[in-house]
Amino acid sequence: MSTKKVQRLDRVVIRFAGDSGDGMQLTGDRFTSQTALLGNDLSTLPNFPAEIRAPQGTLPGVSSFQLHFADHNVLTPGDAPDVLVAMNPAALKANLRDLPRGATIIVNTDEFTKRNLSKVGYAQSPVDDGSLESYHVHPVALTSIAVEALASFSDLTRKEKERAKNMFALGLLSWLYTRPMEGTEAFLKSKFADNPDILEANLTALHAGFNYGETTEDFAVSYEVAPAAMEPGTYRNVTGNVALSLGLVAAAHRARLPLFLGSYPITPASDILHTLAGLKRYGVATMQAEDEIAGVGAALGASFGGALGVTTTSGPGLALKAETIGLAVSLELPLVVCDIQRGGPSTGLPTKTEQADLLQALFGRNGESPVAVVAPSTPADCFDIAVEAVRIATTYRTPVIVLSDGYLANGSEPWRLPSTAALPDLSVEFASEPNAVNADGAPVFHPYQRDPETLARPWAIPGTAGLEHRIGGIEKADVTGNISYDPDNHDRMTRLRQAKIDGIAATIPPLEVEDPSGEAKVLVVGWGSTYGPIAAAVRLARGAGARVAQAHLRHLNPFPANTGEVLRRYDRVIVPEMNLGQLAMLLRAKYLVDARSHTSVRGLPFQAAELADVISQAVKEASA
Amino acid sequence: MTTDLRMPLHLLPADAESGTGSVPLLEAGQALTKKDFTSDQEVRWCPGCGDYAILAAVQGFLPELGLKRENIVFVSGIGCSSRFPYYLDTYGMHSIHGRAPAIATGLAATREDLSVWVVTGDGDALSIGGNHLIHALRRNVNLTILLFNNEIYGLTKGQYSPTSRVGQVTKSTPLGSLDTPFNPVSLALGAEASFVARTMDSDRQHLTSVLRAAAEHRGSALVEIYQNCPIFNDGVFDVLKDRTQAEARILHLVDGQEVAAGDRVVVRDDRGALSLVPRVEADPSRIVVHDVAAQDPSAAFALSRLDSPDLAHVPMGVFRDVARPTYDDALREQVASARTVEVTDADIDALLAGRDTWTVGG
Repeated sequence: MSTKKVQRLDRVVIRFAGDSGDGMQLTGDRFTSQTALLGNDLSTLPNFPAEIRAPQGTLPGVSSFQLHFADHNVLTPGDAPDVLVAMNPAALKANLRDLPRGATIIVNTDEFTKRNLSKVGYAQSPVDDGSLESYHVHPVALTSIAVEALASFSDLTRKEKERAKNMFALGLLSWLYTRPMEGTEAFLKSKFADNPDILEANLTALHAGFNYGETTEDFAVSYEVAPAAMEPGTYRNVTGNVALSLGLVAAAHRARLPLFLGSYPITPASDILHTLAGLKRYGVATMQAEDEIAGVGAALGASFGGALGVTTTSGPGLALKAETIGLAVSLELPLVVCDIQRGGPSTGLPTKTEQADLLQALFGRNGESPVAVVAPSTPADCFDIAVEAVRIATTYRTPVIVLSDGYLANGSEPWRLPSTAALPDLSVEFASEPNAVNADGAPVFHPYQRDPETLARPWAIPGTAGLEHRIGGIEKADVTGNISYDPDNHDRMTRLRQAKIDGIAATIPPLEVEDPSGEAKVLVVGWGSTYGPIAAAVRLARGAGARVAQAHLRHLNPFPANTGEVLRRYDRVIVPEMNLGQLAMLLRAKYLVDARSHTSVRGLPFQAAELADVISQAVKEASA
Repeated sequence: MTTDLRMPLHLLPADAESGTGSVPLLEAGQALTKKDFTSDQEVRWCPGCGDYAILAAVQGFLPELGLKRENIVFVSGIGCSSRFPYYLDTYGMHSIHGRAPAIATGLAATREDLSVWVVTGDGDALSIGGNHLIHALRRNVNLTILLFNNEIYGLTKGQYSPTSRVGQVTKSTPLGSLDTPFNPVSLALGAEASFVARTMDSDRQHLTSVLRAAAEHRGSALVEIYQNCPIFNDGVFDVLKDRTQAEARILHLVDGQEVAAGDRVVVRDDRGALSLVPRVEADPSRIVVHDVAAQDPSAAFALSRLDSPDLAHVPMGVFRDVARPTYDDALREQVASARTVEVTDADIDALLAGRDTWTVGG
């Protein structure tokens, strides 16, 4: 038992930072799992370079993982870390500017060599030169203590022993924040099942780190963060990409359709392909296609055959898929396209987040080519949005674009598990019989004869006798689906396709406004992954006395039917976005309201405090 | 009607080695005719287009397969040839330029009960869609790909194509085209195709026999069909259609038989290179005897290199027909062997829960 003092905290933000090869993502991930099991609410922000291994010890090679956990509901991974674990000088230098004065820094002094210091432009070690005086610095020789702890492992090389330093750090932090380590032990046992030496070394380093915390005089106090009050239920921690994958599988199950994914690897979407590729036992077929175009093409082919065709990508891939999505608009077949957005244009910032594909999703195709567009607001919401995308795609026989992003994809939060049986019934009716008669009175099939309510055309799949028909990208005659170049027919079909998408608004929930005062004059409207930061900022602004309302759009095309009415209720509408004002442009164009943009494209989510200032300022101006 | 189309629980039936082995057959006593495969759409190719002959041959051949008509699907890209599906009363998709092999791959992968055909042209398959073609062949997806080669872009009104001969004067190459053409057969063999054949629009009997072999083949079957464009490249294959000249120019590829044209035969030299020599001068031990099932594709490739740009000699027939695992069968097998029981709501609940959960009491 520890004899040290234990202090209670309500929230902590920790950032693990090190070289790309130091295992910081794994360390952060494990710490997160331990924290989730303890019942804290949490939110994470992994941040890593696009290069797999940038030169060791350099600034471009720094990889970090930030975790915000609390005894209450948290909305963001936190603006500023309370604790920074810096595994080398580059990690310290790259992250120091985000640290408020008074924060705790744990540095791995073994890596603060002359050579490593000079790689990042330090003339002398900041640990010794007094420049970190305003922080609580804990210099720990993480590497050498870990190696020392593994002295008895004679079969391991020094390099292999050094690699266990991240587990040592994890053990130390587990002690410091009173985290249970059983989950990590089980994880290591399964990961290194085939390599008992490495397994033992990692377990030993983990415990050595924990014991080091308990015995060293350098750490006088350890901390506890009590579980958060959460809705009753069973929870797990989940990243956006995993939640999206699971949502697709659950929705396919509820639709009683086989799920077919055609995909080409691209950051930050590839994890969906990886996850689904491992789920064949649930009837999921995945194909790693030769390119983005083939990925969506194969998915569309599968949809034609009666499967649930899905493709996953990021911005550059969405550009390549545009023509095929246009074909799907013309064929009026279900198709789910998941765009996990990243910084652009072109290759842009592959591992950084952005939400600048909104206009591409809505309009990035030739001709009048409307598709449904939805966006999840949190990592766990990626599950629900996947189910919603499948509902829209199968009901309306249309492509649906899901706009997630790198922040949601890799970030995680606790997810209250839904009951599969309680998910919507998405079962699909395939056409089975002719739906018309010809001039001679004989039964015929008209592939473009629409459902009067949804305007969806029949989904008549090959193998159904009597419904043989041909469809294609050339304009089709209304009802019969034959090729038609008739001007009036094209006008009518263009309007019908648009009306079908507009009509989806009838089945989506109205835009809800959260305004506890009921007297707000300023409304903050966001979409997608900015939900957490906006909600946190609104909370801060309200705490400072501002009356402000918040609404968040999950449906971007069509918008909820009451959107215009909601916007017009407020004197001022602020639209924070990680682009240069794409939603604001749409709202202004569609509803003639004076929506004002607040934008940031730094590859990182908004900081709540910064956003709170913007909101408070707007509230002040609106009431002046 | 709600149809359960889940991935199959059972592996393929034993007779699935044939290209159409997993496609439902007509009931005993039922038969279809060419008329059953003729749609009500007016055919709109130019008068004299080679596509008419190919359409007639395909419509005439399909009943022979004895398959249920509703289980046959034609997928095409863009170009004159790609209008083909509209004229067949089967299921069909006229898709976008070059992408038909990718779309057909998704369809074939999810529906083993379909006979999936791709109709494409030299521009569609070899230019804009080159990547999809080679990868479909590499994967060996169970598709029959009909590549109509007229060595010109017809639908865009007469630009040179990736099979046009060097120096061809067209609207876009007024001083003659500069780039070396593809040999579609060589390309397909290089892409690991398990079945490659060449035939011609005007030779109904040969075309039908090649279609028969291609349909029988399980895996990707590429059939190059020389096809005349009467408007922009008229007569490009005429020397092969003129009976008096054809005999000396066409090297008939018949399994187990010597490769010969007229009084010349193909011989192999010490280094493996093939050449055409008068039969009377040929060393009988060096005369090439065609083996369509040779696992090593180099013999088939060497035959494909006997093409001469002036059509002085052109191999026709099935170059290669070997059995190897198909992508779509293997994918279905992976799913089927992983999915041994029906998935229940409880299974999905367990999947969603994963390994690390915690419970918050109410």
